[in-house]
Amino acid sequence: MNRDSNKYTILFASVMVILVAVVLSIVHVSLKGIQQKNADVDKMSQILRSININTKGTESERKFKELIPDMYMIDLDGNIIPDSQQDAFNADLKVEMDKPRNERRYPVYVASLDGKILYILALRGSGLWGAMWGYIAVHEDGNTVYGADFDHESETPGLGAEVAHDWFSDEFVGKELYKGGVFKSIAIVKPGKSVSDRDYVDGISGGTITSHGIDNMLYNTLEGYSKFLENLKKN
Amino acid sequence: MSQLLSDKTRAILLGPLNKKNPILVQVLGVCSTLAVTTKLEASIMMGVCVTIVVAFANLFLSLLRNLIPDKIRIIVQMVIAAALVTLVSELLKAYAFDVNKQLSVFISLILTNCILMGRLEAFALGNGPVASFLDGIGNGLGYAVVLFIVGFIRELLGSGTLLGFEIIPQSFYNIGYMDNGFMILPPMALIVVAVLIWIQRSRNKDLQEG
Repeated sequence: MNRDSNKYTILFASVMVILVAVVLSIVHVSLKGIQQKNADVDKMSQILRSININTKGTESERKFKELIPDMYMIDLDGNIIPDSQQDAFNADLKVEMDKPRNERRYPVYVASLDGKILYILALRGSGLWGAMWGYIAVHEDGNTVYGADFDHESETPGLGAEVAHDWFSDEFVGKELYKGGVFKSIAIVKPGKSVSDRDYVDGISGGTITSHGIDNMLYNTLEGYSKFLENLKKN
Repeated sequence: MSQLLSDKTRAILLGPLNKKNPILVQVLGVCSTLAVTTKLEASIMMGVCVTIVVAFANLFLSLLRNLIPDKIRIIVQMVIAAALVTLVSELLKAYAFDVNKQLSVFISLILTNCILMGRLEAFALGNGPVASFLDGIGNGLGYAVVLFIVGFIRELLGSGTLLGFEIIPQSFYNIGYMDNGFMILPPMALIVVAVLIWIQRSRNKDLQEG
């Protein structure tokens, strides 16, 4: 057959595309199980990092079951939604934040560590190049931060990407989300600067937009948890 | 050594490491060189992934070279390269999740690496499968070597670490040494690459123009 004929060209293109599609589909379907498991384990180890437990691989799964006995979804008024344990682990804040405000649901992971009860809240926002997310653990008073952990999709390595490092997330330990009974969140400021009406931590030099992103993320997501946190405080 | 590899094979495999280096001489694939070299580990992984993709893309295209209609050869090259890149990214997600997280977008961007399309068009389309495969390995390694050097310099001077381990001792910091934050920014990668090009050209007079 003539290699330059239209018929041959169309035939070649069709066969090639179908073959490639079949191969890629097979690979994707057969690896999906392992990939999903990796993603789940990664999520577990990130949630654990917010209470300063560093784990890897299968250990994450074991520790997670051991230290986080309960999880649930809450609504904007801070009410716990019954039977929402499975939803809480799979909760995607990105989807929730796109919903109208009063339909949003937020996951809460309840950790029990050394006799203390800690409430781990999920965070979601955006940085300079892409999405950012994280977890922040608060004490039973619904105010003081026990620990935090952040991660990002594609912030600049060495600059914005530093948010994923311990030195940054450790700054949050002991900070308070409320001032004078009013929800204030925690501000991220340029290193050396300060704000007076709320607790603050140093941002990242050279990562200004990422730092702003964290600041917005904390405020916007935690604001949805504020009723829940206030209920904790009352009890 | 000369018995093991014929002169032609050696030229195909080792040429790209020096006088035909894809980054230093042909100035291809510079964008990813600037982007991923802030940390040595990411640089090494990127080098390995690019080598694998270029080698196999070359191999497959060379096997098909007598069947491909000339009119759509660029499209065929793209499809082969894109399929391989997707494959590598799927495998990394399943078996090297952490590395994949680190390299994230840059894996998909291997597709836009000019070395890949350049070798497919310039070599694999006109040479046999074995030679094409070796050419892919050679060019991949030529790219990987430069990434390694740039990553090494930038992580050491920019963060004081190598592969995440502290290299510059604390006592240096105590007497006032500071990491050069500028090293982490993309412009410094460009300058480091330029210095490498300068060194290479001054050692190989025949590469100098005019």
